[in-house]
Amino acid sequence: MLKLENIEVYYGHVHALKGVSLEVHEGELVSILGANGAGKTTTLMTISGIIRPRKGMVTYQNIDLTKLIPEGIVLHGIVQCPEGRRIFGSLNVMENLRMGAVRRKERDEVKNDLEWVFNLFPVLKTRIHQTGATLSGGEQQMLAIGRALMAKPRLLMLDEPSLGLAPLVVQEIFKVIQQLHQQGVTILLVEQNARQAMAIADRCYLLETGQVALSGTAAELKSNIALEQFYLGGMAK
Amino acid sequence: MTSLTLIEFLIQQAINAISIGSLYALMAIGLAMVYGILRLINFAHGDLIMVGSYATLFLTIAGVPFWIAAVGGIAASGLTGLIMERVAYRPIRGAQDVSMLLTSFAVTIFLENMGILLFNPTSRPFPAPDFLNSALNFGALRVNSVDIIAIVVAGILLVLLTFFITRTDAGTSMRAVSQDLLASRLMGININRVFVTAFGIGSLLAGVVGILWSARVGKIDPLMGFYPVLKAFVASVIGGLGSLPGAVLGGYILGILEILLQGILPSFLTPFRDAFVFGILIILLLFRPNGLLGSTEKEKF
Repeated sequence: MLKLENIEVYYGHVHALKGVSLEVHEGELVSILGANGAGKTTTLMTISGIIRPRKGMVTYQNIDLTKLIPEGIVLHGIVQCPEGRRIFGSLNVMENLRMGAVRRKERDEVKNDLEWVFNLFPVLKTRIHQTGATLSGGEQQMLAIGRALMAKPRLLMLDEPSLGLAPLVVQEIFKVIQQLHQQGVTILLVEQNARQAMAIADRCYLLETGQVALSGTAAELKSNIALEQFYLGGMAK
Repeated sequence: MTSLTLIEFLIQQAINAISIGSLYALMAIGLAMVYGILRLINFAHGDLIMVGSYATLFLTIAGVPFWIAAVGGIAASGLTGLIMERVAYRPIRGAQDVSMLLTSFAVTIFLENMGILLFNPTSRPFPAPDFLNSALNFGALRVNSVDIIAIVVAGILLVLLTFFITRTDAGTSMRAVSQDLLASRLMGININRVFVTAFGIGSLLAGVVGILWSARVGKIDPLMGFYPVLKAFVASVIGGLGSLPGAVLGGYILGILEILLQGILPSFLTPFRDAFVFGILIILLLFRPNGLLGSTEKEKF
């Protein structure tokens, strides 16, 4: 479905991605793990078209994504829920959700998806007139995921959805991610919280300083010594 | 003229203040819209007033009725704004603030000199029709019709604009983009369309202000945009740069402040009225650096 081949990204002189290749198949939940600065967010931003790779290919169902603008990539159903939530704080919950569906024309379907989002996150329904800024961190994350879902993603990319949230809320978010996976949404999940991400992922990629250090099913990675070292090498969680 | 009672005098001054404040507010909205989404202070916004006024003038000279000429003038302002966005600002989008500011000065200098070249630097009378240029008498009260029309027109436009900003997807997109450009792009919001809409609306408003302003002043010249854009800039700083309600509030406050100072300053000080206005602005900014309605968020570096 989505395929990255030898992606090279530079920020000025900094070589951020050094030939990253990865694949996501239809219906999969794939997780990208790694420490700070490993290139996880850069990878997602490259897929979304915000960052242009110097070399390499990003293809989605044989469409070359590197030729498209970010807005065009969203139209192909590749939607990112960015790190740090980035909801629109001065817009209310309903407006935030509407902005997720801003490019969609089928009103009935959008209405159904709104119900779907409210089913996943019932708390949002009780907050529809509140501005995003007044929500708690967990609610903001739910809103961010809900907003991305309103774009009707065929591939949903989640960047650190557990960041800065209380353990109980993290559990809730991960439960919803699993639920979405079971409903058939293809998911690419970036997480520092490796243990939890591995618990729900079909396959994982471990990024280290801009390269794929390890990849395989969660079970394969768990038995790998390198991952243990990665844990000892600066992973707090 | 029969002498005015104090109440009548106050009403007359209030109408004067709200009318000039309305024009500042409409101008400031244009500045604030563009600043909100681009972080660009578009000083060339004032020259759109000039373009619209000259277009109106030449259309009336060509024999077109004033109503239609005014619509043509407003359209000319709008078109110039769109061209400005496409030619000057879109290529440098995302550049440093200083580069964008300098570009806006360049556009200003270009438009003003083009105006001097094409239209002759000497001022010309503006062909305002009688309904825009007559004194209405209510007892001893004398009110200029353009002031009433400015207040009404601004009121209608503000209602329409509020509806657009808060109720439509295009308006909501504009607020989203001004809040977080990256998140907006990731949601698929067509940011080019948002930029074009912001420039389009701002420029059309400038066109409307141009006609009312010119009718008020009675004459036009190629550099006529400088004063209004400066005032609109001050108004949007008072309200909080980038905030639309702030721009409106700032516009009216500035209008009221000017008329108030004009009235209470001793006559030997009235030539320095603007110095007092700017002095008050400095004091305001000392206490509220982000303006009255500006976000209290720290600048992102």
